Amino acid sequence: MDEEKKVVIELQNVKRYFTVGSETVKALRGVSFKIYEGEFVTIMGTSGSGKSTLLNQLGCLDTPTSGEYYLDGVSVRKMSKNQRAKLRNRKIGFVFQSYNLLPKTTAVENVELPLMYNSKYNSRQRREAAVKALEAVGLGDRLNHKSNQMSGGQMQRVAIARALVNDPAVILADEATGNLDTRTSFEMLVLFQKLYREGRTIIFVTHNPEIAHYSSRNIMLRDGKIREDTLNENILSAEEGLAKLPKTQDD
Amino acid sequence: MNFLNLLKVAIRAIASNKFRSFLSMLGIIIGVAAVIIMMAIGQGSKESVRKNISQMGTNIIMIRPGADMRGGVRQDPSAMQTLKMADYERILEEKAFVTHVSPEVTSSGQAIYGANNTSTSMYGESVEYFDIRQWTIADGESFTEEDVRKSAKVCLIGKTVADELFPNGQDPVGKTIRFKSIPFRVIGVLKSKGYNSFGMDQDNLMVAPYTTVMKRLLAQTYFSSINCSALSEEMTDQAIEELTRILRSNHKLSGDAVDDFTIRSQQEMMETMSTTMDTITIILVVAAAFSLLVAGIGIMNIMLVSVTERTKEIGLRMSVGARGIDISNQFLLESIMISVTGGVLGVIVGYLGTLVCTSFGLPTSIPMWSIFVSFAVCTLIGIIFGYFPAQKAANLDPIEAIRYE
Repeated sequence: MDEEKKVVIELQNVKRYFTVGSETVKALRGVSFKIYEGEFVTIMGTSGSGKSTLLNQLGCLDTPTSGEYYLDGVSVRKMSKNQRAKLRNRKIGFVFQSYNLLPKTTAVENVELPLMYNSKYNSRQRREAAVKALEAVGLGDRLNHKSNQMSGGQMQRVAIARALVNDPAVILADEATGNLDTRTSFEMLVLFQKLYREGRTIIFVTHNPEIAHYSSRNIMLRDGKIREDTLNENILSAEEGLAKLPKTQDD
Repeated sequence: MNFLNLLKVAIRAIASNKFRSFLSMLGIIIGVAAVIIMMAIGQGSKESVRKNISQMGTNIIMIRPGADMRGGVRQDPSAMQTLKMADYERILEEKAFVTHVSPEVTSSGQAIYGANNTSTSMYGESVEYFDIRQWTIADGESFTEEDVRKSAKVCLIGKTVADELFPNGQDPVGKTIRFKSIPFRVIGVLKSKGYNSFGMDQDNLMVAPYTTVMKRLLAQTYFSSINCSALSEEMTDQAIEELTRILRSNHKLSGDAVDDFTIRSQQEMMETMSTTMDTITIILVVAAAFSLLVAGIGIMNIMLVSVTERTKEIGLRMSVGARGIDISNQFLLESIMISVTGGVLGVIVGYLGTLVCTSFGLPTSIPMWSIFVSFAVCTLIGIIFGYFPAQKAANLDPIEAIRYE
């Protein structure tokens, strides 16, 4: 690990407890790690391992019960709801399992959405940034397709473009390939690897162990604690994986 | 998010649920239309009553005998004999704010011409009566001061009387008709005034010099009333003061003695009528306003459904950086748009409804301010009833919202 690299995310003994009725559910029991700029980290774990809770922490959607979380050097724990909203808007790009595109809305408008909440952008700059992001995910020719006229893969590309548009410190993908078939999943991985090569910091939360082969680092969660944190010395190429897949007719 | 973008989002949300949005607008449309129609009818009736009253003449002041106490017993005003010739003469002499004066004596009975007869009222008046009541003579001419002095047996007849007594279209002028067996020569026919707002036929009358009616018909020395007209509408109050002073001094009423006459002005009557009409209008409008309240609740209902339905969208917006206020503004604007659009359509429907009412013969007049008030009320409804759903949306937890299915 290159120590000179900038730390994008730092967790210090983060705990998150929920009170359900009279019981306390310990979703995170003290998690600490640093993620450096330009890493492609997969966070794995079975359901109940606390990976969703961790993702919410990383995405500033929630605050820890105890422990510190620094995003790009800023402490998140004591932030208000509105401050966290602004932080999400400027520093984080989300990619969800179910795409979450606005219905009956064009690709470019969907991608513009995060910038709508950023007063620094005027409508022309917004459009330019959105077009650029869509071109980066290979949808430069589908700017004005509506979300209901696109395939799952295309919708997820739009969602990735939306995550890129604000030039975030980190891209958080939550089971981003979960709703896609194998071929399309590989296409997504190709895209994520491309972004990784371009120097983007990516955190990919998944329960699919196969994806870990394509990332640079893998964090394994179990029962709210880190069980394994390993660097991947031998990153598989998603493009090769895609090429090995049997050709289908409708592609 | 800036206002223009919010507006776009709101328009898109409404457009994507056209039918549903229309249904929730319908409440507002009906409510606003009802308020406007009710206001139009209220205003229209008021204006028509005003018109009717002003038809009686201009700036009329009526003096009637009355309020006389005999040993603590209040007497019937019509039996009072307090208005005398002397009062009339004194008013004529001293009037400053009063232009025309006409004493009045009335008698009702049967008028006969040939084989035709009709039941009518005879009004004994002075020459100035026609000026006070702004009555023009359709045919023939009025009686003169000379006729008054001589108690001439001449009369003018109203349109109804003319039609009853001369059904074959003969010219009544110059004919002699009998009223209570006394022969009167018809010298003129009055222009028709039609019915007044109380349903009284204003054309069923005969007018003769007051001297004739007093001496030849009734043999009485007092008037049943004196009608005057003030110099102008604004001077009505001064005119009333003047008349009161003259009559009190003439009747030798000193200090705190009660007036033995009553003075009423047309203005006063108009005000009374206006107040009554206003009350009725308020009742009608309040009833219509309740439908706006119901419509508001309808909007709140649909906005709550909309928030629930779009929980995932709200979650997404929040996760890409929308603050609570951005979300609540979005929903607030949407509900305002629904209610204001409903308001605009409501004004149009209300206007058309008013036209329909007019075609059914109802007097209508849309006060301009009622349109502005409707807009204001609609915006207010949008804000008030959109507030709770908007708050609900703004307070959603983004974690739960984004995973909401």
